[in-house]
Order: sequence, then structure tokens, then C-alpha cells
Amino acid sequence: MPESGETLLETPFHEMHVAAGARMVPFAGWDMPVSYTGILEEHTLVRREAGVFDVSHMGEFLVSGPQAGEFLDYVLTNRVAGCPPGKAVYSPMCDERGGVVDDLIAYRRSNGDFLVVVNAANREKDFEWMSSRKGLFEVALTDESESWALLAVQGPKAKEFLAGLGFEEVEHLKRFRIAEVEWEGRTVLFSRTGYTGEDGFEIFVPTDLSRSFARSLGAGRDLPWIGLGARDSLRLEAGLPLYGHEMSGEISPIQAGFGWAVKTEKESFIGRDSLAMEKMTGPEKTVRFFVVQDKRIAREGMEIRIGDESVGTVLSGSKSPILGMPIGSALVDSAFSGDEAEVDSRGRRLPVLFRKPPLHVSA
Amino acid sequence: MSHIPEDLFYTKDHEWIRIDGETATIGITDHAQEALGDITFVELPETDAEFGPGETFGVVESVKAASDIYMPVEGTVSEVNEALEDEPETLNSDPYGDGWLVKVRLDGEPDRKELLDAKAYGELCEKEG
Repeated sequence: MPESGETLLETPFHEMHVAAGARMVPFAGWDMPVSYTGILEEHTLVRREAGVFDVSHMGEFLVSGPQAGEFLDYVLTNRVAGCPPGKAVYSPMCDERGGVVDDLIAYRRSNGDFLVVVNAANREKDFEWMSSRKGLFEVALTDESESWALLAVQGPKAKEFLAGLGFEEVEHLKRFRIAEVEWEGRTVLFSRTGYTGEDGFEIFVPTDLSRSFARSLGAGRDLPWIGLGARDSLRLEAGLPLYGHEMSGEISPIQAGFGWAVKTEKESFIGRDSLAMEKMTGPEKTVRFFVVQDKRIAREGMEIRIGDESVGTVLSGSKSPILGMPIGSALVDSAFSGDEAEVDSRGRRLPVLFRKPPLHVSA
Repeated sequence: MSHIPEDLFYTKDHEWIRIDGETATIGITDHAQEALGDITFVELPETDAEFGPGETFGVVESVKAASDIYMPVEGTVSEVNEALEDEPETLNSDPYGDGWLVKVRLDGEPDRKELLDAKAYGELCEKEG
């Protein structure tokens, strides 16, 4: 990862973003588009129609070999070994204390190998972590990140749009399934997954084909580009965790509400004992989502208070253009079971209402 | 390049000021609204509040950040743009017109040394990248 002052990495679509007038910012060592026409407008477009995100900065590892599944079952908390070809599994990857190293998705390809997709900010860390834990497993680990570009087409009209371009495979692809599609004689992967809370497809394109693929998608023309700013407000509104915020080395998957992805029945995996204990006693703190009954946004680090007592801390804050209200997430004492509290915003108290996400859908 | 009207003065904190005799109108520049992104809330002072140069007189909040705004002159707030309460996004769409923040009754001659003309402000923006 380049340090400050060094050149930022660029995805294959960098020029297209600049040409589209994107506001570019450094993110995880990459020069990425944070917005084009505006975060709120782009967010609304994805909820109502469809848009395309460039998420090529994310990492892709090939995990192959006779014990690839067993190895992943060891480093990941969810069950992966029995995953059939064509299926995807979301899983946290934990350390011995049950803290999260990263959260990722493992896709089983038709030949049995796994494609593991990790957060951009954690790519090197994750590769190092997994490599050093191969032990005696018969597994090979290859960092294929530079070979893949990744476009996420998300929104209620995503399927209709892609089918209209001739990608018939999308008509029958179920959630968390992948299809290997032939395009210009090469393999492109379509996965019915996403990070917005809408229907959508994440498309893995070989890097050298990526620009012509994006053009054939009509990216920036018929299909608007959506930036990382809206990606964050969308996932927050949908109640999806962002590593480093709702899950981290200090916030376990149990605290984050992802106990379902921690299969303590598995014989052994890194973090099993700590996580099994936490499941049994119940987590001391819980990640909860809220709307702010004020115009001000609750920012990361602000305290959640009941009177003078602090019951939690804000993890993420943004605005929902759908609700017209600020939204956020917080790590809250599990002992606090109420729904109403206040955020301390630079001395001023903002009333918040905790709700089960997705926040943009009425209860 | 952001829009920088010739007939205004500017501060290094990306505010603009129009001086008409004893009154000044103050706002944030096109460069500032661009950098902030979608503006979600503007906190403004009460009328009759007094401020000295460099004092924080309000806050502009966007999806990404909250930014203090600094009074460039010595004066008393005579008028506040109430329309921004319901439509903070006006700061994005019309920063030099309907997006004005406050009008101020000047207390003495403003310190022109701290104010940049359009050309100097343009150079500052270039340097900041």
C-alpha cells in the first residue's frame, strides 16, 4: 500500500471516472471516485433504478488444491467446505480472540477452486494472514487481484438492464450464486451479490477486457456511475457492516449481529473458542442502527447518551436521501435495550431512534 | 476550475465577502461547496451576535464532514439566511447568490490585508489542488 506522498493506484476505469467529472479521493491507496453528480442523487438512483460501481480496488485471491475447502473452513467462521460450485458464502475471518481480520465472500467456481474477495484496505494483510496459516493443508493461495476488474451493477432495474444487453444468465441466477459467462471468448463471472440492499450483480471482468466491457455495459451513458460516497450511505441504510466500523479487530461478528455466520458447530477454526463463549454468554456490546431526529449527521466517535450516562459510541454516520434524515450505526451496551437515546454532537444533543435495518423500509 | 466572481473578496478559509459601505454579505465559495459535497445542514448565528475576525460564526455540514465557518471581519449580524434551514442544498447550487449565509454591520474598516482578491484566491485554490 503506498504511503502518503506516493502515487495512488488506479483502477482500469480511472480515466472514465475523471472524464465523467468524478470527484476523486484517495481510498486505501487508490484514487477512487467518491461522487459524480452528488452522493444523495446517486444513492437515490440506485434505490429507484440502477447504477454501476467501480470496485476494482477490492482484492481477489484464488484458493485452490485438494484441501481448499478445509483450509477456508479453518480460517473462516462460516461453513465453506460443503459449498457447491456456483455458490457464494459470506464470512468473517477472525483471529484467536474472535476479533475480525476482515469480512469477505468466497465464491466456488465450476472447477471447485474458490475465488475469495476481500476489502481493498485489507488485501495485503489478508493475504499475509491466510498464507501464514496454510500449515499442512494441501492448498495453494494466489493473489489474483491485478487480473480482475470488478463492476457492481445494483438497483431494482439491474436485472432488466443486464438481460436487455443480452446477458440471459441473469434471468435464472439466484442470490449468492455465480455464473461463468463467456464474453469475447473469455470468462466473465456474474455473481448475484451486492452491498447496497438492492438486487444486483457483481461482475468480475479480466482486467485487459475491462474497459471494452464497461463500454458495452453503457457505463456512464445508459447506466450511471455511482461513487464510493453513495456506496457507503447505501450500505449503512441497508444495515450492512463496513470493516473498520461495524466489524473490526475490536468488534466481533457476534457483536455485529452476524452470529449466523459463525458456525461454532464446526470442529475447529481460528477464534472458535472465544466466539463460542461469546455466543453462550451473549455479547457485552451490540451494533445497532438508528435514524437521527434532527438535521445534523451523527459522526463516528460521538457518544450515545441516556441523560449523562454514555451507553455507546457512533460507528458510522451519513444521510438517507430516501428518509430525508441522517442515519447511523453505533456500538451500544447490550444492557441498554431501549429504542430512544441521544447523540452528543459537539455538546448539542440529537435525539436518535434505534431501528432494525433496512432503515429506508418502513417498519 | 471553480467559479470565482471578480467583484468579491475571499479568505483563505474559502469564504467570500461583498462589502457595500457599512454592510457586508458573507458566504462560502464554489470551491468550498464542491469540496464539501452534498450540504445537509447549516448552523447560523442569531441576529445581533457580534464577531471578530477569525471567530467561528457557524457550521456547514455535508454528508462527509462538518466545517466551521469563520467571520472575516469585525461586525454584528444584521440578517441571517433563514431559507437555508429548509434548503441547505442551495449552498451547493448557488453559493454566491441565494446561498449567502449572513449580512453583517461592519464595525470599523475591515482589515483588507487578510482579504484576497479574485486573482489571489484563484492562485490559492490552484496551490491547494
